[in-house]
Amino acid sequence: MAKVLMKGNEAFGEGAIRAGCRFYFGYPITPQSELAHFLAKRMPEVGGTFLQAESELASINMVFGAAGAGARAMTSSSGPGISLMQEGISFIACAELPCVIVNIMRGGPGLGNIAPVQSDYFQATRGGGHGDYRLIVLAPSSVQEIIDLIREAFDLAEKYLNPVLMLGDGLLGQMMEPMELNEEKNFFIPPRPWAASGRMGGPKRIINTLYIVPEEAEKHNLKLNQKYKKIEANEQRWENYQTEGAQLVLVAFGTAARICMGVVDYCRDQGLPVGLIRPITLWPFPVKAFDSILSLDTVHYFLSVEMSTGQMIEDVRLAVNGRRPVFFYGRYGGMLPVLTDVVKEVKKLLLEEEP
Amino acid sequence: MFESVLLAGFGGQGILSAGQLLAYAGTLAGKHVTWVPSYGAEMRGGTANCGVTISSRPISSPIVSEPEALMAMNRPSLEKFEQSVVSNGLIVVNSSLVNCKIARKDVQVMYISANKLAEELGNNKVAVNIVLGALIFLTQIVSLELAIESLGKVFPPRHQKLIALNQRALKAGAQFFDHLAKEKAG
Amino acid sequence: MFKKVFARTKALEDVPFHFCPGCTHGIIHRLIAEAIEELNIFEQTIGVCPVGCAVFAYNYFACDIFQAAHGRAPAVATGIKRALPDRVVFTYQGDGDLAAIGMGEIIHAAARGEKISVFFINNSVYGMTGGQMAPTTLPGQITATTPYGRDREINGNPIKVCEMLSVIEGTAYVARVSVHNPASIIKAKKAIKKAFQVQLRGLGFALVEILSTCPTNWGLSPAEALNWLAENLIAYYPLGDFKIPKEEAKNV
Repeated sequence: MAKVLMKGNEAFGEGAIRAGCRFYFGYPITPQSELAHFLAKRMPEVGGTFLQAESELASINMVFGAAGAGARAMTSSSGPGISLMQEGISFIACAELPCVIVNIMRGGPGLGNIAPVQSDYFQATRGGGHGDYRLIVLAPSSVQEIIDLIREAFDLAEKYLNPVLMLGDGLLGQMMEPMELNEEKNFFIPPRPWAASGRMGGPKRIINTLYIVPEEAEKHNLKLNQKYKKIEANEQRWENYQTEGAQLVLVAFGTAARICMGVVDYCRDQGLPVGLIRPITLWPFPVKAFDSILSLDTVHYFLSVEMSTGQMIEDVRLAVNGRRPVFFYGRYGGMLPVLTDVVKEVKKLLLEEEP
Repeated sequence: MFESVLLAGFGGQGILSAGQLLAYAGTLAGKHVTWVPSYGAEMRGGTANCGVTISSRPISSPIVSEPEALMAMNRPSLEKFEQSVVSNGLIVVNSSLVNCKIARKDVQVMYISANKLAEELGNNKVAVNIVLGALIFLTQIVSLELAIESLGKVFPPRHQKLIALNQRALKAGAQFFDHLAKEKAG
Repeated sequence: MFKKVFARTKALEDVPFHFCPGCTHGIIHRLIAEAIEELNIFEQTIGVCPVGCAVFAYNYFACDIFQAAHGRAPAVATGIKRALPDRVVFTYQGDGDLAAIGMGEIIHAAARGEKISVFFINNSVYGMTGGQMAPTTLPGQITATTPYGRDREINGNPIKVCEMLSVIEGTAYVARVSVHNPASIIKAKKAIKKAFQVQLRGLGFALVEILSTCPTNWGLSPAEALNWLAENLIAYYPLGDFKIPKEEAKNV
């Protein structure tokens, strides 16, 4: 099949349609607007619904309604908009409804800027809103991976009845790469006995998040937690890049991972033993990747490379659990790590740090 | 072998589309391609640039921070990116809007007065594709035929006239240095 | 042989309401449920309940039902109706829910002409959280957060939802009713039924504001509360149709 050149933001949209999503609700915000523009055109072509809401509060609650009624629904936004959505996301997680949310991260805090960052990592991986819940968080690093992963996002959302967040950044959203499109009609939408879609002769369904009796709320929290444990056990995804024989292992996701692949290529050309772990699921964090690489005994240290002041590094440290030193390199506020700067940092660690 | 190109100019010159044209041509060639824009919040009038990488190997970092070839459509772009070009790299300068010479001795510099040539073609806006045609000729990063074929991807079919005009622009840019080379040889 | 003249409606569950004595939420629940049964739309109806005193509406209505975040019911209903256009979707919202925190959602649902039926219960006070000022609290009315009476200088003015929404294109039916005596209850039932009929006919957005009592937070007995509603709330919030479907307007 011939490859198609597409922007990352458009690939999210096309991928969603090819995954059977027919309902999109959203509010404009840079740098994710191409996704909305694309779906505004594309949804009517497939008989779907594109609706521009009056706010992100409304769009996530429209997703709540459509998902609860049994539809495959999604929304997308960027930092400030995702912050507004947190109330609704908490409700959706509590009510155990499937949906996909795309966050094309932009510089923050506050209004920040529209440049690419990864500083919404904590918000994405710790639940984000109020209460004890988790989102499945997928972090593609290429346009091809966007279109492949968003289909998986809808399937995971339904498998676990849990919202899935796809985390990208302005660069990934704007970037164009050729990719192969997956088959359009090859999606399966499982039956939804839980959907409040009108009784139509059947039993009553309630989509609810109120558990006024603490004993019942504890039970519900326990049920959710058991689900999260299952996801942690089954759904960790990552890519090892040139990790064989690596003494220094970089850890990076999304755009930072692409830059780090360049760093690894450059270092390997110079004979430096450097590799990369690229987490694809940020939650569950791929702890298994670290367990297996540490069993090889060649790794001396880890370097977490992020477009933030250091958020994922906390998960890297938890995964490494004191077995090796973990260092950090980051750029912030929309500045990208420069390949040669990371190489410098790598050389410094390899030459100066005692293993 | 040229793999990475940085196209730079001011907003409204068609820099991003020219980069996309190159990316489409690379895609048609079956290569690995990345196109990454970088522009200000303003839609027009600001600086605009994009980086294109075309390679037969998978592309690790899509960010073109040290281009092998730079296409500078105006003076501020040249000043901003001149030093980032790799040693032995190429800079194609739109001499219609850049009235200075480049001091660097370790790069190949080619000057083309694209706006003048564009006016000869009857439309100032195609200057960018004249320079792109020149860049394609000088780097062989893709074939000119595939670039011409890709015009249909960048312009909607209803813009047949624009496609024909830009085809002439690409060719004019390529021929400019072809003639120059032949003149020198002759 | 006795003839059965009054029975439970099947659109309500056979469970006791948790509402305070003299609260009119129960009456309004019943009116909506009766309308659903009488219009024979029970099987395809989906409700959306609010945050506030009516949060437990999902325990009372027997149809499929959502419990929405505070104020967001119109957005949730929009998602449901867009996903399932052949179903009947209604929201049940209080004055804090609809006219304060959810003002954005209700106005835009109305402006879009969402084909949903909204039942807006206005008792001029926050009930569940302990009797604080609502956007519809009357000037001078004493509440937990206006202990000296609502002062327009400090707290601004009450919001008249029907008057406001009726000027929005996209609304097909907007009416204000009350439930303080049997005659007004009969009228309220008619309006509620009409809000569903407007949806069934695909005419657009329908909203019925229902003036309601809160004896507990008003500090009145149930009977006093009904009188207070009649004398004070109706004086500020006049009853009647604020907008009727265009085709009917022509016939008037």
